Amino acid sequence: MIETTYVKAINAALAHAMRADERVIVIGEDVAEGGPYLATEGLSEEFGRGRVRNTPISESAVAGIAVGAAQAGLRPVVEIMFIDFITLALDQLVNQAAKAHFMSGGQLAVPLVLRTQGGAGGRAGAQHSQSLEAWLTHIPGLKVVMPATAADAAGLLLSAIADPNPVVFVESKALYFRREPAPDPPEPLEIGRAHVLRRGRDVTIVALSRLVGEAMAAAERLAADGIEAEVIDPRTLLPLDLDPIADSVRRTGRAVVAHEAVRTGGFGAELAAELQAAAFDHLDAPIQRVGAPFMPVPLSPTLEDAYRPGAPEIEAAARRAVSWADREEPIPIREAASG
Amino acid sequence: MAAKRQRGVAGSLDSATTLDLLRTMWRIRRFEEHLARLHQRLLVHGLIHLSIGAEGVAAGVCRQLRDDDEIYSGHRAHGHVLAKGAPMDRVMAELMGRSAGLCQGLGGSMHVVDIEHGVMGATGVVGGNLPMAAGGALAAKIGRRDRVTVVFFGDGAVQTGYFHETVNLAALWELPLIFVCENNGMAEFTTRAEHTTVGSVCDVVAPYGFDREVLDGADVAAVHTAFGRFLALARSERRGPFLLECRTHRRRGHYEGDPLAARSALEDDEWAALDPIARLEASATENGWIDEQQARAITAEADAEVQRAVAFGRASDPLTPAAAAELVYAS
Repeated sequence: MIETTYVKAINAALAHAMRADERVIVIGEDVAEGGPYLATEGLSEEFGRGRVRNTPISESAVAGIAVGAAQAGLRPVVEIMFIDFITLALDQLVNQAAKAHFMSGGQLAVPLVLRTQGGAGGRAGAQHSQSLEAWLTHIPGLKVVMPATAADAAGLLLSAIADPNPVVFVESKALYFRREPAPDPPEPLEIGRAHVLRRGRDVTIVALSRLVGEAMAAAERLAADGIEAEVIDPRTLLPLDLDPIADSVRRTGRAVVAHEAVRTGGFGAELAAELQAAAFDHLDAPIQRVGAPFMPVPLSPTLEDAYRPGAPEIEAAARRAVSWADREEPIPIREAASG
Repeated sequence: MAAKRQRGVAGSLDSATTLDLLRTMWRIRRFEEHLARLHQRLLVHGLIHLSIGAEGVAAGVCRQLRDDDEIYSGHRAHGHVLAKGAPMDRVMAELMGRSAGLCQGLGGSMHVVDIEHGVMGATGVVGGNLPMAAGGALAAKIGRRDRVTVVFFGDGAVQTGYFHETVNLAALWELPLIFVCENNGMAEFTTRAEHTTVGSVCDVVAPYGFDREVLDGADVAAVHTAFGRFLALARSERRGPFLLECRTHRRRGHYEGDPLAARSALEDDEWAALDPIARLEASATENGWIDEQQARAITAEADAEVQRAVAFGRASDPLTPAAAAELVYAS
């Protein structure tokens, strides 16, 4: 283990993969210069500008080039600088990459990784701050990975690069520069394995990306009042490792699902639906959802801070679930369902 | 007019090449004519876009390629796929949705893939094949292979953002990629004039400065010669890109069952002068390379192959839902 940061762990995993396999190339805007967060810093110096390729601002074609290169035997890691710009690459991801193996009757494989990062908090406005991962989880043929720690980011990135399927790797800019431990050299972590970060008997909190840390903070505050929360990070949304989460909810009888994405249509909706089906007879309260309000990310710092869900919202949702049986007045249906 | 055109047709071709191109074009023509009938009888499924009138491009280009050269096609792909070497019976079974099809019946007319013969895919989304082909060419360049990638597209795709982004990147990176545009003057249901003010596709790419040529796509010899020149450069110097703009004609509508087909239909006498097969056959006859009996034998052979293909398809069942579900992810 070494002390590193999330973004340095990604950089180390990329270099590790490129050293091990010359089919791995990195392609995207400014990647040969390191990119705005320095995720690809130093790679062009070590591997050359043939394998670390700067591209023009042509996300649609760059995604398509990555698909074609993957079909021809390379293992491209394509960077879309902000997940907001993934809209321009969706045709290739959704209509080509995700379906090529299936539509060709198994002849083609598209072993590409699309790295991108999302999340608010950077005062960057509504087109550089979104959390759009739920869209991608609706597409058969894609895998969607969303790591919350440096160690997970490095390990899952190695597995994503080795995977024969297109993997969308959604990083969090808010997590990039915290100091954390990670294995050195990076070790592959299996895609599709949830991680239980904290054991607890009273309520299960399922959190994604940045909200994993927020959920841990909420759990500490709840513990001070004798409420023991179990915290689980699915780490991979597609495929989803439902069993350990459902097992937990069957034990605790209460669940909170939390992400930074807009609550409506967010991945929490899928989690809540799957969990109520898997644990219906064990539930003591409606599943609580935590997510951003239904509005674009605002610029104003005060508004953006209020917009971003965090530990306080998770804590409140957990308390609501735990005290459900003791509530004095019925909670209106819409509010109860949406947390 | 017709006589003048015909004189040039076999021009640079020798008799063996001419006969191979004729056979190839007849195979495509008979396959597609029969496909139209099968579609009416609900034996082939989905949106079927025929390339009748453009067989000269498929034959003139694909017959010069190696199995490991990659092609990407668009909506009107049957001709490219057959000319590149995909077995007709498995193409037919694919269009019939049967498990013996090249893609086990999961792809269909717009998505025929045959990796053994370098058929890397067609696209249902116009323009989407352009950057994918550039990716294939990039892989060849990075891997220092002398494989060449060819992408077929209609003039409708030239108005997509994909076209401009891909042309820029292919030129910037000097990719061994040959753009082959089948410019039939129609984009889906409307004419080119309603989509753009630029006269030819070659004009669109002019600022990038790479080699390009506009020619009559029904003149197979011209296609063969011009493409052969680009191919030799792309192969030996591992560079590109190139653009071959072939003026073609859409004999039938946009797709089978197209209610607006009549709008783009040609009069029979117009068609006769534009039919790439009739023109090459006349020229071959003039040169004494083929007589009427041999010409009939070529079409009879093509018909028999089509019949065998249909029988092959009919003998195969569709995949089970469980087997299809196994193919969502590669393992």
